[in-house]
Amino acid sequence: MSTTTTALPEAQLQPTKTGHSGGVVYTDTVIFSGPEQFVKDVPYQIAIITLDDGGRLTCRIDGDNVSIGDRVEFFEFRNGIPFFRKPA
Amino acid sequence: MRPVAVIGIGKTKFGAFPDRDLRSLAVEAGQKALENAQADPAQVEAFYLGNFAGPEFVGQNHLAPYIAGAMGITGVPATRFEAACASSGAAFFHAVSAVSAGLYDVVLVTGVEKMTSRPTPVVAGILAGAGDCCGEVAAGATFPALFAMIARRHMFEYGTKREHLAAVAVKNHANALHNEYAHMRKAITIEQALSGKPIADPLTVYDCSLVSDGAASVLIVPLERASEFAGQPVRVAGIAQTSDYVALDLKADITTFEAVRRAAEKAYKMAGVTPADIQVAELHDCFTIAEIIATEDLGFVDKGQGGPFAAAGCTAITGSKPVNTSGGLKAKGHPVGATGVAQICDITQQLRGEAGERQVTRHDIGLTQNLGGSGATAVVTILAAA
Repeated sequence: MSTTTTALPEAQLQPTKTGHSGGVVYTDTVIFSGPEQFVKDVPYQIAIITLDDGGRLTCRIDGDNVSIGDRVEFFEFRNGIPFFRKPA
Repeated sequence: MRPVAVIGIGKTKFGAFPDRDLRSLAVEAGQKALENAQADPAQVEAFYLGNFAGPEFVGQNHLAPYIAGAMGITGVPATRFEAACASSGAAFFHAVSAVSAGLYDVVLVTGVEKMTSRPTPVVAGILAGAGDCCGEVAAGATFPALFAMIARRHMFEYGTKREHLAAVAVKNHANALHNEYAHMRKAITIEQALSGKPIADPLTVYDCSLVSDGAASVLIVPLERASEFAGQPVRVAGIAQTSDYVALDLKADITTFEAVRRAAEKAYKMAGVTPADIQVAELHDCFTIAEIIATEDLGFVDKGQGGPFAAAGCTAITGSKPVNTSGGLKAKGHPVGATGVAQICDITQQLRGEAGERQVTRHDIGLTQNLGGSGATAVVTILAAA
């Protein structure tokens, strides 16, 4: 049970199953020491995005690194992981 | 509800011990706590175990009776509590609640973790299980990465600097020099901390706590029965456990831990004290930024000022608010399931005046703060000289 009076929407509980258009970088990090399944990807950047359609999402960043406040767009799902990137 | 006292404490050394198994560590700590109180295993009416990932790290389940049995404790409730890095804080909270309610009189609480037998990427994967495996973890987040994102946002909103984070690491390493039970007894400089190997930007290896083996244990009894035992009693003046969302991206503000703030508010109220009354604290510095945020969430310093507070030396042993005189998770070590109870042992030592070179001058009231995951579980305990 959450402490709020309403349950969380499915889109927030299962974010990787829904598509998103874009948003703004809330925070980020570049990972140099990865878990077993992502060791081959290091260094890679992840970010929490404040989505245009509400809520936040943790995603991978494709291409150039981003910083807090940057505008990003949804790019694609790879193995179920949402990738965002800077607009072209 | 009746007052509860810690009457016995026991710890193993923290470190990497290839020759020790999980059970032998837990048994050593438990027996030391019983010995400290001069209590007999036959007196123990319930056994509470804190352990995060014994099944994943060493393949053993059904851990509480497995460990209790080896200490000669059978025929009583023996249960494992899992709350990520707050596992033994949670076990302690529930044990205190049961004794306070009159369910039992003599209860042994042990925390243990055996982590160093697996390679680092496997350890990172197991620890990531304390996050949201459908969201942040699936996207590639590790725990250092989650706290790196917290640090990045704290820096953005409050101007916290990497030098502030480094000051926490330098201080905790210096404190551990005087702790014979610490995993790493090695002084470091600000320059070393800043130029450490990057783990998850902006955190370097010196911002991260250690992967350790170890166990800690406390024996608790009703305060009214404390005189029947040998150990100098320390009273549990206030305690609270609270929860929040597991996923970092579900929290409205990641520069604060709402669960810690709520637990602190309840514990202060129960103890009838304010943040200004706390004379010594063991805080959950799983990462340097976590200690900075904890000093803010507990009301030791204004929001956003935790970095300059640490850099100014306020949290040193000789400072106005000594934090992690044990060396903290950073240098004492962080066998995750043992940490919450180890903090209780460390503050009990301080309040008894038995902390040796780490002893603080005023030691009537102390606090511990144990955090699970990126803030989904928090336990805050206020201890007072009885």
